[in-house]
Amino acid sequence: MIPGSFDYHAPTTVDEAIKLLGELGDDAKILAGGHSLIPMMKLRLAEPTHLVDINGISDLDYIKEENGYLCIGAMTRESALEVSELIAEKYPILKDTSEVIADPLVRNLASVGGNIAHGDPANDHPATMVALGAEVIAKGPGGMLTGGERTISIDDFFKGPLMTDLGQNEILTEIKIPTPNGKCGAAYKKLERKVGDYAIAGVAVALQFDGDSCSSAGIGLTNVGPTPIRASDAQDALEGTSVSDDDINKAAELAAAAAQPVGDHRGSEEYKRAMVKTLACRAMQTAKDRAEGGS
Amino acid sequence: MATQTITVNVNGEAKTAEVEDRLLLVHFIRDNHGLTGTHIGCDTTHCGACTVLLDETAVKSCTVFAVQANGRNVTTIEGMEGDALHPLQEGFMEEHGLQCGFCTPGMIMSSKHLLDKNLNPTEEEIRRGISGNLCRCTGYVNIVKAVQYASNKLQETSAD
Ligand SMILES: Cc1cc2nc3c(=O)[nH]c(=O)nc-3n(C[C@H](O)[C@H](O)[C@H](O)COP(=O)(O)OP(=O)(O)OC[C@H]3O[C@@H](n4cnc5c(N)ncnc54)[C@H](O)[C@@H]3O)c2cc1C
Ligand code: FES
Ligand code: FES
Repeated sequence: MIPGSFDYHAPTTVDEAIKLLGELGDDAKILAGGHSLIPMMKLRLAEPTHLVDINGISDLDYIKEENGYLCIGAMTRESALEVSELIAEKYPILKDTSEVIADPLVRNLASVGGNIAHGDPANDHPATMVALGAEVIAKGPGGMLTGGERTISIDDFFKGPLMTDLGQNEILTEIKIPTPNGKCGAAYKKLERKVGDYAIAGVAVALQFDGDSCSSAGIGLTNVGPTPIRASDAQDALEGTSVSDDDINKAAELAAAAAQPVGDHRGSEEYKRAMVKTLACRAMQTAKDRAEGGS
Repeated sequence: MATQTITVNVNGEAKTAEVEDRLLLVHFIRDNHGLTGTHIGCDTTHCGACTVLLDETAVKSCTVFAVQANGRNVTTIEGMEGDALHPLQEGFMEEHGLQCGFCTPGMIMSSKHLLDKNLNPTEEEIRRGISGNLCRCTGYVNIVKAVQYASNKLQETSAD
């Protein structure tokens, strides 16, 4: 399968890329890892006439802690998250997530920024970022004062299937996640038919504790709706509890109720809802265990 | 029709060609340069038959544009053999790691990436490492043994 014709551009700075996107207009697309975009272009589901390749922009590839945040550069590959010691030690939910994305060859090129910017509810990072309360940094042409940079809360980022808050000439440059503080833990659980498949369902859970009591909870759901879903009722139900088996079970039922799955080749609506419940139980339990110092 | 002149170092040899921007790396390798050891299985980024090393990294060459490889190194199965077969190639022969052989070039390139990063992988790590490569024939058991064979041999030579 051969993609439609396009002109290839390879800027070396973010500013140059933004300028190009402005000049080229609506038919230009950013090329990151290419592992969502190129398959779509081969199927002619996407037919951009210009590609702006951001792989040559070296300062978008980093994982670092700064000012109370974990900052992940947009072009950080999934394979880098998978092997990062910082991630394994302090953010195991991100390791959980990257390890189950596609297969190792895809992960060698697929970028974290692309996983979010693509706006595909089947992608795994979005739910994790919802649970963690991440912020997305986008850079566009902008004015003198702002330098064109804005911070978007993850809850405002996803607008529909393959639709996000990003403007045509904006680049997602960074994802920011609050660093863990005190007693807390998070986990991602995904059910897939085979390695390399998108989720039948996935559940991300982040729990913050004050002593034995859960002071706040973040729960995100993968591939059971038009966007990643925040299971707010389930979050509320956990808060103030000790996250006992009973509390987990009740919250998991609310998470399943928040899912909006449609039946397809990955399973019926009922099956997917039941799987959300099971995965939610497991993710909550692992998150709690991790908060208590287990892994 | 947008075209560019690119130079890609394929298996240590600079290959220059004028290519369409939309040309996939796998077609550059196979059609422009006749290196047909790199196979096209699914063409949908699933099977890994088209795996090559782009610089040090194993990638599916059906999902990379040739222009993205401009100025970079590509290693294909044809580049594995030096004076003798590479221990991975030897391992696939010795351990019967192939039947029809269609998946083999991709399996070997993925395994090369794996062993470059971790010379002594566990069985679990090998299975994970080749999980982006599909084989319809072998059931993977002998492929795992082939990679273990190469791992042992490479460790012996690096210990010498
Ligand atoms: C076989 C296969 C299996 C897969 N399985 C999974 C899976 O299980 N889970 C999962 O989460 N993903 C999966 N993926 C998708 C993979 O993780 C993609 O790579 C990812 O969704 C997109 O990242 P990318 O860097 O490849 O982006 P690209 O494909 O390059 O881009 C995707 C879209 O986002 C835009 N974009 C990319 N980066 C930016 C940016 N920085 N700023 C603004 N816009 C940007 C592009 O213009 C494009 O529209 C799979 C892919 C394949 C081929
Ligand atoms: S041909 Fe490239 S992954 Fe199958
Ligand atoms: S040997 Fe036939 S596909 Fe692997």
